[in-house]
Amino acid sequence: MERFWFLTFDGLAAGAVYAAFALALVLIWRAARVVNFAQGAMAVATAYVGYAVAGATGSYWLGLAAAVLSGLALGALVERVLMRFVGTAGPLNQVIVALGLVLLIQAVLGMVFGNGYRPAATPFDTDALTVGGVAALSPYDLWVLGAALAVVVLLALLFTRTPVGLRMRAAAFAPEVSRLLGVSVGRMLTLGWALAAGVGALAGMLVVPTGLGLHPHAMDLVFVVAFTAAVVGGLDSPVGAVVGGLLVGLILSYVTGYLGPDTTPLAVLVLLLAVLLVRPGGLFSAARARHV
Amino acid sequence: MTAVLEVEALDAGYGPVPVLRDVAFSVPAGTVAAVLGANGAGKTTLLRTLSGLLRPTGGRIRYAGEDLRGVRVEHLVRRGLAHVPEGRGVVTELTVAENLRLGGLWRRDRADARRARDEVYALFPALADRRDHLGHQLSGGERQMLAIGRALIARPRLLLLDEPSLGLAPRVTAQIMALLRRLCDEQGLTVLLVEQNVRTALAVADQGIVMSLGRVVTAAPAARLRDDDRLRHAYLGF
Repeated sequence: MERFWFLTFDGLAAGAVYAAFALALVLIWRAARVVNFAQGAMAVATAYVGYAVAGATGSYWLGLAAAVLSGLALGALVERVLMRFVGTAGPLNQVIVALGLVLLIQAVLGMVFGNGYRPAATPFDTDALTVGGVAALSPYDLWVLGAALAVVVLLALLFTRTPVGLRMRAAAFAPEVSRLLGVSVGRMLTLGWALAAGVGALAGMLVVPTGLGLHPHAMDLVFVVAFTAAVVGGLDSPVGAVVGGLLVGLILSYVTGYLGPDTTPLAVLVLLLAVLLVRPGGLFSAARARHV
Repeated sequence: MTAVLEVEALDAGYGPVPVLRDVAFSVPAGTVAAVLGANGAGKTTLLRTLSGLLRPTGGRIRYAGEDLRGVRVEHLVRRGLAHVPEGRGVVTELTVAENLRLGGLWRRDRADARRARDEVYALFPALADRRDHLGHQLSGGERQMLAIGRALIARPRLLLLDEPSLGLAPRVTAQIMALLRRLCDEQGLTVLLVEQNVRTALAVADQGIVMSLGRVVTAAPAARLRDDDRLRHAYLGF
């Protein structure tokens, strides 16, 4: 039972990061109807920036800010100079370009920083605290959980309570009508990519220290897991992404804990397959069919 | 009377397919002009070209004396040109209140945007009762009221309306037409209306612009089109 609780807490902490990363995928899907397969690689690139700044200044927090800022900039850049000029005639076009971007980013990171694992510092202790004799979360897990939840809440407030959030939603749902109402749809699209990449950068900074360290491929599995989480929740639903992220985090934690870490990647793919077979629209899909 | 909208020798189309050819007419301030014609005559294409959604391949569009070439679509509403597109003007994933808020977001004068919103609720009490409902929960008539009301929040000088009577009960259509007439007479609004329902349109309009196969075949006072049997038979088929 003790082990169960430990795995539950651990799964929630990991799930919070998956939730944030899945949310970033949903942001771009809603704005541009594209699954950004380059999001993992983009997050790694910004994590390198973050840890470089953290190493140079000695401050984790400055590094975190640098990572998020470079994420915002990278997202805007990718939309402005790349995605905008890729034809949307077929849904595959932008996917192929995104995959190309993955190869490019990972190759450049390897050339600049080398292909070895680099240690990533954490601002808090990673040893689990024991509560009533049960090993629960570490201070770092609490920070991850808190930061991920804060992002989710802030994004929800942005979208439902602010004029720019209303513009972004309108531009995503009805671009032509939005333009007639004075919304600069192109700018909203750039903003959507920037926000998503900024959230991805934060998620990258949070998740990198929990793995083997900084590496050009450090986010590959995280991306697959987060993509699964987004699909579980229904790609259109921010609430679904959060619930999906936490759910997938829990499931993977139990699988890893009870069946061994070798089965984790397999479990992700089985879960993805199961959702696509049983409920392809995701748990939170609206009643109407999704047309891609 | 000065013309709010002057169209000269306008050509437009989709890709290599020309739709509008040599279209010319003008709409005086404070009047209602109805664009009439069969399916495929180019009526919707005309409105889409006027509001910049479609780039003209030739000719000129002058709005309030200014050439609209090169003006971005999203800036037209700031100049008082509002376009309610056919059938799907409402953002169905947003609530009634959010749709109305969206219509006034660009306005600097926040107080007047709120006042305009309250006027819309007063004009269409059905919307006030359903302000927290999503667009897709509304009936066809309520959606049309919402789309028109949202355009009015911009306090436009020129309102382009595409098929406002589509799928509406006659009583609702009459209500909307009466409202348009009143806004023209009392507030100097100018309306360019595309309609399939010729009788309804001619009843409210000052001018009828009859289109066929992408050309204007006649532009005449609505009363003449209504009463002159020869014109009516020749161009409107009844």
